[in-house]
Amino acid sequence: MPGQSLFQRIAGQIGLYGAVACYVVFALLPIYWTIKISVTPQDLLYSEGIRLWPSRMTLANYASVLKASDFPRYFLNSIIVSVSTAFIVTVVASFAGYALSRFRFRGKALVSLVLLLTQTFPLVMVIPPIYRIMGQLGLTDNLYGLIIIYTAFNIAFATFLMQSFLDGVPKDLEEAAMIDGCTRLDALRRVILPLTLPGMGATVAFVFTAAWSELLFGLMLINSESQKTFSVGLLTFVGKFAVDWGQMMAASVLALIPVCLFFLFLQRYLVTGLTAGAVKG
Amino acid sequence: MTALAEDIGLLQRQADRRRFIEPWLYLSPALILIFTVLIVPLIIGISYSFRKFSAFHSEYAGLDQYRAMLGDSVLHGALINTAWWTVASLVLQFFLGLGLALLLNRPFHGRRLVQGLVFLPWAVPIFLTGLTWAWLFNPLIGPLPHIFHAIGLQAEPVTILADPATAMWGPIIANVWFGIPFFAITLLAARKAIPSELYEAAAIDGASPWQQFTKVTLPFLAPTIAITVMLRTVWIATFADLIYVMTAGGPAGSTNTIATYIYVSAFKSLDKGYASAIAVLLLVLLIAYALIVIQMRRTLLRDV
Repeated sequence: MPGQSLFQRIAGQIGLYGAVACYVVFALLPIYWTIKISVTPQDLLYSEGIRLWPSRMTLANYASVLKASDFPRYFLNSIIVSVSTAFIVTVVASFAGYALSRFRFRGKALVSLVLLLTQTFPLVMVIPPIYRIMGQLGLTDNLYGLIIIYTAFNIAFATFLMQSFLDGVPKDLEEAAMIDGCTRLDALRRVILPLTLPGMGATVAFVFTAAWSELLFGLMLINSESQKTFSVGLLTFVGKFAVDWGQMMAASVLALIPVCLFFLFLQRYLVTGLTAGAVKG
Repeated sequence: MTALAEDIGLLQRQADRRRFIEPWLYLSPALILIFTVLIVPLIIGISYSFRKFSAFHSEYAGLDQYRAMLGDSVLHGALINTAWWTVASLVLQFFLGLGLALLLNRPFHGRRLVQGLVFLPWAVPIFLTGLTWAWLFNPLIGPLPHIFHAIGLQAEPVTILADPATAMWGPIIANVWFGIPFFAITLLAARKAIPSELYEAAAIDGASPWQQFTKVTLPFLAPTIAITVMLRTVWIATFADLIYVMTAGGPAGSTNTIATYIYVSAFKSLDKGYASAIAVLLLVLLIAYALIVIQMRRTLLRDV
């Protein structure tokens, strides 16, 4: 930048990288500790509790999680539930957010209030009624029931999020497109969609992780081993008298892998939303 | 002449009808799902707050549960704890998240990798987040007390979770850790949607970086900030899992929030009616708060 001395620029760079480093260390410390515990042999768990890395390493915890437990099944279930939920929610919420962002209509304030209402009470309050309703519909103890519930719970938040992203896109853009002869749907696809892609990416990411780590409803609605999700499965390591820390941490580290892959896949959308230069003209 | 006017009137009315139906068409899938899965159970849940439950049956109790709340000193303590827990968590999450979003918007080496890494906390299941942080705060198996001791924050390397004066900081720090990515991702996505031409124009007009931030970035981020701050406040206030896993409301009730109190009432004391009544109180408080934020947002949008 002109008008800045070399010294200022160097100081700025140091500040930038220093701040980035602080964030990374803070974000990774607990994850690092989880990995450390997962590779620590049982007998060293407490005696070397505060060492940065155990003097002996073991992968036995990983082996037993992968081979001797139902975790691969739980992973698969969680992936099915989370991916389905994330995509259904994002599509439904994009339409709803569009309606709230672009139209004035009677009852709009009421709709926002109802959406908001769904976020303001502790879940424990609705578990017994939901359990009863889902039971009558034959949706307990299977993944469809979970997908429906997670979808309903995430829609309000995702709608608000999409609405706020759409509010950030100038209205003139699509009006111009519609004057040029595009239908509203065309304008949506060619003008609005590219601009809100980062927002949609963020929404998918949030809903995916929310569904991935949800515990309460998974616990209440699912009984059979074959339908359990990962976070419910994690609880199986909390035995009646002791917690199998090593295995639990190993399972958690493994559970982070699909989420990392998913985020990596989404980064393209999160980062490069505007590079196509959609706002030309 | 009149025929033409009638034709125009008819077209007008048709267009009006289309405009009236169109938004509801887009909203209907969301609304149907929300009504069947959430609003109906919520109404049933609220009806529980007017009943008294015992082992095998329940009976109508009128406003008894609400009257009981007035004299409940545990609840009063929980209200104060909830305010402290919510405000402290929210403020730290928001400013650290905004800072991170602005950092990630600047070019630097390894940005993609950093972005992937700093977003990871959001992906860790809550239950595990709580356990891992409790582990980190434990002087036998975690490094934090020794670090706090070494830099002079603590006289002895002990867990902050056992001292009523400091216990709340445990869940707050864990919550901040977990929540920073939420603000960072949403604000980064909103920041990416600001056309770069605006910054070029501002720079040509001689705006300093600070002026660009306050005159361009902030106004464009305002809708996203308002909505995310509002939702996150509501979530944090109703969020019991983290506190429950780390301290279970203790020691001596020092981390007992309304949300954890509801869990304890519902599952430990099995007092479903009283738990529902407290939940209704929380719901009313949060709706009032949300309405204020929505009003502020409307004023902000009008100004922009």
